[in-house]
This record gives sequence, structure tokens and C-alpha cells, in this order.
Amino acid sequence: MSDKRVVITGLGVFSPIGNTTSEAWKNAVDGNSGVGRLSNIDPEPFTSQVAGEVKDFDPVALLGPKNARRNDRYTQLAMAAAEQAWEASGLSGETIDPERVGVIIGSGVGGMETFETQHTTALDRGPRRISSMFVPMMISNMAAGQVAIDLNAKGPNFATVTACASSSHAIACSVDSIRLGRAEVMVTGGSEAPLTLMSIGGFCSMKALCTTYNEEPEKASRPFDKDRAGFVIAEGSCILVIEELEHAIARGASIIAEIAGVGMSCDAHHITAPAPGGEGCARAMRMAMKDAGMKPEDVDYVNAHGTSTHLNDINETSAIRAALGDQADKVMVSSTKSVHGHMLGATGGMEVMLTALALKNGIVPPTATHESPGEGCDLDYVPGTARKADIQCALSNSLGFGGHNVCIALRKYKGDN
Amino acid sequence: MSLENRIAEIIVSRLNVKPEEVTDIANLKDDLGADSLDMVDLMMDLEDTFNLKISDEEGNTLQTVGSVVAFLKTKGIEA
Repeated sequence: MSDKRVVITGLGVFSPIGNTTSEAWKNAVDGNSGVGRLSNIDPEPFTSQVAGEVKDFDPVALLGPKNARRNDRYTQLAMAAAEQAWEASGLSGETIDPERVGVIIGSGVGGMETFETQHTTALDRGPRRISSMFVPMMISNMAAGQVAIDLNAKGPNFATVTACASSSHAIACSVDSIRLGRAEVMVTGGSEAPLTLMSIGGFCSMKALCTTYNEEPEKASRPFDKDRAGFVIAEGSCILVIEELEHAIARGASIIAEIAGVGMSCDAHHITAPAPGGEGCARAMRMAMKDAGMKPEDVDYVNAHGTSTHLNDINETSAIRAALGDQADKVMVSSTKSVHGHMLGATGGMEVMLTALALKNGIVPPTATHESPGEGCDLDYVPGTARKADIQCALSNSLGFGGHNVCIALRKYKGDN
Repeated sequence: MSLENRIAEIIVSRLNVKPEEVTDIANLKDDLGADSLDMVDLMMDLEDTFNLKISDEEGNTLQTVGSVVAFLKTKGIEA
């Protein structure tokens, strides 16, 4: 493997817990839930009526009327988050070779709302009334394409589509791109806008969503808890600017954390259920640690996938035990989905961001809603309250339907190494 | 509302341009920023509003705002 190191130099976010990095971080630490009653569409027909919605997002004001009209909400969110991350990185004021800047942005499904709206038009009025913008708005790679136009980024560019692991795969591929010398800077993360009839209805049919807290939405996402009953669907985008370390140092960039390693695996077991004992997840975690040069005893914090479904949380707990051995009894594990819900193809980006900020700030965000551990959930889940801790090494897990497992290993950046 | 004003309204809405930009000689692509995808949807807007069919060949001849007005008049649409 190359000796190039990769660091995070910019963050941007539009999420249920805030539309700036500082707001999202504060709410994650304080355990302020962004989950509420579904309002984007009528909640009544659905068994699960709670969602993590992005509030006060005005695409016309942020992107201009033409961009707002010609892009699905998932692309709009990615464009706005990418602009924020790019500004934060300081690269907007730099002279940089556009061919050395790439974009990889994941999404579970892409322009679902566009698909549904245009499908209805086609059924009502015939196929000749399908908008010419239907295909470009729907396809799940358009966020990557549109962000490249906005930033004039002419390097490697594609989308990763692996359900709830999409944005972690995007980050992993971006790290690889920098290590392989294909780019110095990568704009990466994920975006999802799934609060639609077909998305929510489909996940309800799978019995994947929480239906038992419709009257108390802020308690619905309760990872590792005995009363957990499914995940809370959420929307949003989180975009990271990552950069080759020497490039970042040379321009005096502010470095948030190092992405020290990545691990990727597949369960090859079942389309939606995790492999017994979280075997595939454990392999991804071991691969990430090896890639990062970390030993299990180095790992202070795991930002878990922790969806709040019965099967995920019990199997991920087993995976953490399998991968970390004795260290599993010492490591802090939290799922920030307790406050932002499950942002599907954007969730890995969100959680890598929060993990990076945990390393930078020396604070571990809690599993805010966690009250009593479920059977087989026997780790330190940092329940309720954030913890001050000078953590050095952390892992962030993301797992997707299809048996996809990604683990991103991060290290605190100290500046002297 | 005059035919010219109705057309201008559609163009303003579809292309996100200012009403004062929509002059008789304004070119839909060069002056008002329409790309080929906008042109398809603009033709659909005109078909829906004025209840007519515009063939691809006819659509290709509509380059300026004035040419749209003239075309619709040849189809017997006055307002």
C-alpha cells in the first residue's frame, strides 16, 4: 500500500440535527433528537409515522431557482453540503488543478421523489408528458456529477450504491483514490431524500421501521435498547473534503482528523439479514484496523451502525466483540442514529463526520435514547450523556442490505507526526 | 392576457429568467440559457397551455421568443 496519508480538511452537512457542522455536532453531543412526526407527506397511511427531516432547507435560496428546479432533493442536499464543505476546507480560495480533484458521492436510491412524481404523470397523462429532466434528476450518480460541475472538479467521479453503506463506500473509494495517486483532493460522502410514499411504504412492508413510538418520535430510534423496534427513516447529506496529508500541510489547511484505514467485506449470506455473529462486519473491522496499523487495544471508540433494529444491534455487538476481543469490554460504542435517525445512503458520511469531530474535540457523543440494554447487547454504549475522553483511534461501521460491510478507521491528528 | 404575455409567462417560469429579458428577439438558447432538455419541457408547456401538438420539426424552428409567437399564430391561436 502507498505511504500517502489522508486527512479530512472540510465538512458540510444538512441533516435532521442541523444544517451546519457546528449545529449538528452540538446536537449529537447534547443528545437533542432531530426525529419528529413525519411532515413531508401525510403520515397517516404508514405504520411508522416518524422521520428525521432536514428542517429549513430552501434550495431556491441556496442554489438558485434553476438548480433547484432541475435537481432532485437528494442532489440539492448534496450540492448544498458540498458547497459548505468546500468553503470550510479553504480550497475555494486556492489555485488547484481541477483534474486532481475528484468527487465520489453515494446514495441508496437517488431521485426517488422524482421517480414517483414522473411515474404518476406518465400514468395520468401518458409517456409523452414525462419531463426531459426525469432521467438526469432520478439517477443516483447525479449528485456526484452536479457537485463536480459546481466545484469544477475534473478528477475521478462516480457514485457508490450499496444501500446504507453507500456513503462509507464512497469515502473508502475516495481514500483509495488519493492513496493510489489519482487525486490530491476528494469530495465525498452521501445524500439521501427518501421521505416519499414508495420509500417509507417499502421499508414499512419489510417491517424494518419503528412503529411503536409514533406518539414519542424523539424516543423511536433507540439503538441497542431492549425496547428497540426498528429504524427511523431520515434524510440528509453529509460531505467531506479529504486530502493527501502533504498537500494539506503545504497549503496550511486546518486538519480535522486522519482517515487511517478502510475495510470492506460482504456477508454473502442473505439479502437483508446480517450474517450470524456479525461475521462479515467483524472482517471489515479487522481489515480497517490492519490497513490503519491499529491493534484492537488502540481502539477507543466505535461509532456503530446501530440502526435500532433487533437483528443489526445484536449482530453488530457480536461483531465488535469478535473484532476487538478483550478490548470490547473497554471500548466506548455509540450510535448517533439515536438522534439523527437512519439517513440510509448518507448515514456513513454523517457518522464519519461525527467520529472525526469526536477525535478532534475529545468528546464521545452518546447513544442518547439508550435506557436499558437489549438481550445480547452488552457493551458500553455511552447511554444518555456524552463523555469527555482523549480518544486517539476510532472506527465507524456502516452496513447495507445486500450484505455490504464498510469500516472506516480514523485517528486523531496531532500535527507533529 | 395577450398571447405574447402568456408565452412570456411560460418562458419565465420554465427558464427562470427575468420578464424583461423575454423580448421578441431574445434567442431561447443563446440569450435565455435554455439547453436541449429545457427546450423539450418548454414545448410540453406550450402544448399543454395551448392544447396543440408541436412536432419535433416544428419545435426545432422555434429559436426566438418572436418565432414562438408567430408559430402559435399560424396555428390559429390568438390569445
